[in-house]
Amino acid sequence: MCGIISVIDRSRNKMNGESIKNALSLMDERGSGEGAGYAVYGVYPEYADYYALHIFYDDLAEPKAAVEDLLEKWGKVEYDEEIPTYDQERLKKDHTPWRYFFKPDGSFFSGSTEEDSIIHIVNKINTEIDGALVFSSGKNIGIFKASGWPEDVANFYRIEDYEGYIWLAHNRYPTNTSGWWGGAHPFNLLDWSVIHNGEITSYGTNRRYIESFDYKCTMETDTEVVAYLADLLGRKHGLPEDLTVKALAPPFWDEIDKMSDDKKELYTALRMAYGPALMNGPFAIVIANAEGIIGFTDRIKLRPLVAAEAGDRLYISSEEAAIRRMENNLDRVWMPSAGEPVIGRFNK
Amino acid sequence: MPDTITIDAKDMHYTPLNKKIREAVNDGAKEIIIENVLGQRFIGNGLRGDDVEIKVKGVPGGDIAMFMSGPHVTVYGNCDHAPGNTMDAGVLVIHGSSGDATAHSMRGGEVYVRDDIGYRGGIHMKAYHEKRPVLVVGGQAKAFLGEYMAGGILIVLGMNQDFAVNERGIGSGIHGGMIFVRGDVDENLLGIGAKKEQADMDDLKTIRIYIEKFADYFGFDSDEILKSGFTKIVPASARPFANKYCWE
Repeated sequence: MCGIISVIDRSRNKMNGESIKNALSLMDERGSGEGAGYAVYGVYPEYADYYALHIFYDDLAEPKAAVEDLLEKWGKVEYDEEIPTYDQERLKKDHTPWRYFFKPDGSFFSGSTEEDSIIHIVNKINTEIDGALVFSSGKNIGIFKASGWPEDVANFYRIEDYEGYIWLAHNRYPTNTSGWWGGAHPFNLLDWSVIHNGEITSYGTNRRYIESFDYKCTMETDTEVVAYLADLLGRKHGLPEDLTVKALAPPFWDEIDKMSDDKKELYTALRMAYGPALMNGPFAIVIANAEGIIGFTDRIKLRPLVAAEAGDRLYISSEEAAIRRMENNLDRVWMPSAGEPVIGRFNK
Repeated sequence: MPDTITIDAKDMHYTPLNKKIREAVNDGAKEIIIENVLGQRFIGNGLRGDDVEIKVKGVPGGDIAMFMSGPHVTVYGNCDHAPGNTMDAGVLVIHGSSGDATAHSMRGGEVYVRDDIGYRGGIHMKAYHEKRPVLVVGGQAKAFLGEYMAGGILIVLGMNQDFAVNERGIGSGIHGGMIFVRGDVDENLLGIGAKKEQADMDDLKTIRIYIEKFADYFGFDSDEILKSGFTKIVPASARPFANKYCWE
């Protein structure tokens, strides 16, 4: 189960969170009230040069002091505040969400990229500081998530107060691990965010592979490996987005056998190089970064995915009805084929 | 009680909606029009009534007409997953396309889809004595058509398209029933346990009545459709996995 929906406005016209809240709530049946969340791109224009670190604190004493010591040591916090929340009857506030607009100190991280230094800091907080969890770390991006129903989580954060040109939203039906705030989607690292319906049955292989590149899995669920794989293949290895998808959900060998020679060579190399990144199991996924969104399913289509367009907007969702809740006048609606990426990029 | 009842389903959950539909049928309504449908699942779930006609306007959620036994449902819009799931009797006519697992486990009745269907159309359809379910698809079907099919008839026409089915796994694990695809089907697309034949005159006689109904519902010329050649896909044996899971 699980319900996903996302939208990109390719002209960067901003949308507030009201309509995606309504769309996600239409798919309440796909969740169990134990996790929902929203990602919004373009949300912090006044701090666009800073990494927006969203952190769940178990309490505001020790873990917060420890995090702030670390951030002050390794860079500069331009501004920070508690993320405003509003009590909801059905939602228990297990954590206090806080946000920091942070810039790492370049001299401290000489020899590695700024992005790698942020990954290092996120890993350190998430594995070494009890009671603190960084769940959002991109520039001009915010993740808002909790354990609860889609509408309650949205109202808890007053999601309609935020606006951006990409939105991702997810309604969770936890199956293999328990429902908790950190386990709600979207999962984020730097400017990558992921929403996912299904299971990654190759999780063990994928996790061992990604951890060999120093990513740390801390969210107790399979989806986070997708965010780290996207970062590894897309950012570090520089694969174009369609090839990243083809590495994660490659064609079958019998299909590769029938390809033209140059394609055969490409896809054979891709499968050989990225065998441990191949994701098995049923899934429908949307990945976003600062360039746009990309949706795809597993190779034998064991989870639903529908795409639609209306003017400059591209929608990807588990259900057509959810898209129509946002925009009923659609120019085109289609079902993407298994393993085939649907790509929405900003207009140049 | 008037013969026709109109229900406005705007922002209504499927439970009260289905309750209203059942009440209307119990009160003797013969035609039920449901307006502003958006995402409601299980519409007409388990509903009985051979002389009841239901018109659904909008885009319903999954499992419409699930377990339904008797009514005639027409949808003016696209359907989500598994329309006609385990349907027992009656007719479902979709003026649009439908999602994955269309006619999932159907055991009787007829489903007509004007446009395309998703993956695993007709998965595990079955037949028993006089019960023989039928799915007719006007457009194209995605992969794993008729997967684990145990009975019934599946017809894919690919109207106004270059092909009706061009994806893998057709009839994967089929052990009963028949799949008819307009035009030819590449041997490589057949799933394990499926074999293809050219449909003969007897076959065309069998499917004629359903093609005629399809043409009638959606405004096509049935004679024109029946002039094309059909490929028939049937089980290669009654136990396709006899050597896979059983050792004797």
